[in-house]
Amino acid sequence: MLERVRAWLDERVAWNQIAEFLSHKTVPLHRYSYWYFLGGITLFLFGVQVVTGMLLLLYYRPTSNEAFESVQYIMTQVQFGWLVRSIHSWSANLMVFTAIAHMFSVLFLRAYRKPRELTWISGMVLLFLVMGFGFSGYLLPWNTLAFFATKVGTDMVGQMPLVGHKLMIFLRGGEEVSGATLTRFFGFHVALLPGITTLLVAVHLALVQRQGISVPPAIEAEWKASPAARRDMPFFPNFFLREMIAWYVALGVLGALAALAPWELGTKADPFASAPAGIKPEWYFLFMFQTLKLIPAKMWFLDGELVGLAAFGSAGLLWTLLPFFDREGARFGRKWIVGAGIFALAYMSVMTVYAYWAK
Amino acid sequence: MVGLAASGGWLRRLLAAGFLLVAASAWAQAPSSCLDCHSSLDPPKKVTAEQFATDIHAQKGLTCASCHGGDPSKDDDQAMSKAAGFRGHIKRSQVPELCAGCHADAAYMHKYNPSLRTDQLALYKTSVHGQRLAKGDEQVAVCTDCHSVHGIRPASDSRSSVHPLNVATTCSRCHSDAARMKPYSIPTDQFAGYSVSVHHEAQAVRGDLSAPTCTTCHSNHGAAPPGVASVEAVCSTCHVFQAQLFDSSPHKAAFAAAKMPGCVTCHSNHRIQHPTDALLGTGPQSVCTNCHAEGDAGFKVAGTAKEKISGLEAAIESADELLDRAERSGMDVSQAKLSQTQARDALTKARVSIHSVTVERILQDVQAGTKLAEQNLAAGNQALADRDYRRWGLGVSVIVILLTIAGLWLYIREIEGRNRSRPA
Repeated sequence: MLERVRAWLDERVAWNQIAEFLSHKTVPLHRYSYWYFLGGITLFLFGVQVVTGMLLLLYYRPTSNEAFESVQYIMTQVQFGWLVRSIHSWSANLMVFTAIAHMFSVLFLRAYRKPRELTWISGMVLLFLVMGFGFSGYLLPWNTLAFFATKVGTDMVGQMPLVGHKLMIFLRGGEEVSGATLTRFFGFHVALLPGITTLLVAVHLALVQRQGISVPPAIEAEWKASPAARRDMPFFPNFFLREMIAWYVALGVLGALAALAPWELGTKADPFASAPAGIKPEWYFLFMFQTLKLIPAKMWFLDGELVGLAAFGSAGLLWTLLPFFDREGARFGRKWIVGAGIFALAYMSVMTVYAYWAK
Repeated sequence: MVGLAASGGWLRRLLAAGFLLVAASAWAQAPSSCLDCHSSLDPPKKVTAEQFATDIHAQKGLTCASCHGGDPSKDDDQAMSKAAGFRGHIKRSQVPELCAGCHADAAYMHKYNPSLRTDQLALYKTSVHGQRLAKGDEQVAVCTDCHSVHGIRPASDSRSSVHPLNVATTCSRCHSDAARMKPYSIPTDQFAGYSVSVHHEAQAVRGDLSAPTCTTCHSNHGAAPPGVASVEAVCSTCHVFQAQLFDSSPHKAAFAAAKMPGCVTCHSNHRIQHPTDALLGTGPQSVCTNCHAEGDAGFKVAGTAKEKISGLEAAIESADELLDRAERSGMDVSQAKLSQTQARDALTKARVSIHSVTVERILQDVQAGTKLAEQNLAAGNQALADRDYRRWGLGVSVIVILLTIAGLWLYIREIEGRNRSRPA
């Protein structure tokens, strides 16, 4: 029976060629191979987001009058609604975490080098998109914290020179965060961002497929010195099955988080109320938030917040163009890049922890 | 043309402002021979220009001569001559009439403050202070004792001695003075009692300026102690529902027959504390047992009311505790928590219904609250059951996931072992 299905598929989509290709695809096996799982786990979590997001769409209503109540309904009345919403929220946060971890692993293993510049750039853009998902999705339950975090976040966009105000109006759908903002963010979250992300994920995977999996330079040097030490593993089924184990672990962690610490809903946003004390954005924006808080209001004749935003914008751009700095004979060599990576990681960690403890 | 017209208007406004400035400074520098001397005299004749400048009358353009007569633009003897209409020191007994010379003249007062009342003197004459003054007692309060003299501020000014926050202190200057009150044989502990009362707390601590102070119950210009019959009328201006229930209760006739003042009998007067359920029932702090003894109908009502209200409070607390526990476990119980506020409202209503001293009426509110509290308790139990169900589900899922992982791992080992054993 299985053979008949295989023959049927082979006649139509050249199944045997695909199977043949898969059987020859290998993954380098060395002491850093575990880091290869991070990209796959991020992809799995993206899949979880798509599935749970579609389920939430069955009940969610994107208007300022109904959004909070519809999420409350999902959490309390819909069968397993609490599970779906909690998994969606936890998975979003885990996805941001694994995407950042994946980015740093690629950085420290120097997998971004020629000819993988485009893979790195597409990955960085995907990371920004994931943060965009986080920012837009955070507002959708229309609770107090989300409302004011969005207000602060879009205020920051408004600080940008020349285009800032127009961009802020575009994001908010008006001068203030309102029902129009909610509808817009909903559109970004469920249509625009998923469309672009799916396309870019396909490009990212195609590039990985085209160029094969990178081997860290240190391992490459070892293998060059001793060719017998070179080892690899078939992608299918050996690596794929291991990846599946990682996915199952991720699923278990998600289930545990959803059951033991269901994602809170808070209180419904009141646009006319004053902002509650200690308002903070999601954890992955905290290092930027805390930095902007620490920058003085005026730096020389420039607006302090503007300087901070310009610094983060420039850092993000330089980070995205990182592969072009790591070339043979480049002025900023390998040590500079690894040093910058360690500094960025330490800075983000310290500032995030500081923001949690700061009043 | 338009530009010229605009600049003309601007010029006119500038000239007008300049004229006003010159006029104002000329008035400010108008010679006042009164203050020239009185600023250097000893009290009580001492009045400084700075002190008088804070007085609302000075700010409205009145001068020393407005009350004391004379002509401040002249020197000494001429200024204080009979010919200039000088009245000199105003006797205490003449103060109310002197102030009323303007303050009872509606047409005159309209020029300064159309909303200001002009019946102060008429009211004063009905007050204990006014009646005693009429009988020649000059120790009683006259206008200047409460409003001060030469530095009078409007009651809306928080620095005024008659601002709501300062009224009790102003009254206590005389009424807490045991020596001064001795001839009248009235107590002097009113201020001490009021200072620890729920009314003072509302006003001074919570900043509620509408909370009662001395004048709210006793009136200000017509100050008099409320009689036994009118106590309830005084309290009911704010505590409307309690008064209505009391009026329809058996207590109304019983209190009147025993000549007991309504509200004060149970709640006291100046030292009114926040009422607690301990005042109810038949316990040691109960006020019911002041009149009712074991075996009479009132004693039974007191016991039942206390029991039912305590029961509702306990039911609400149990539901609160359970809902808090469910919330700490991450369960959404916001609907039940909202309903708890309604149950608490019912408890408040039941406590107000006590004034009817009718078991049926009290039970009506208690039952409404109890029903809500029971529903909320059930919601809390359901939330905790759901939490346990989720945890069981998690346990089972983890076992399934672990088994799958173990199966995958065994499968990987098997295929990799098979490949290793296969000859190259």
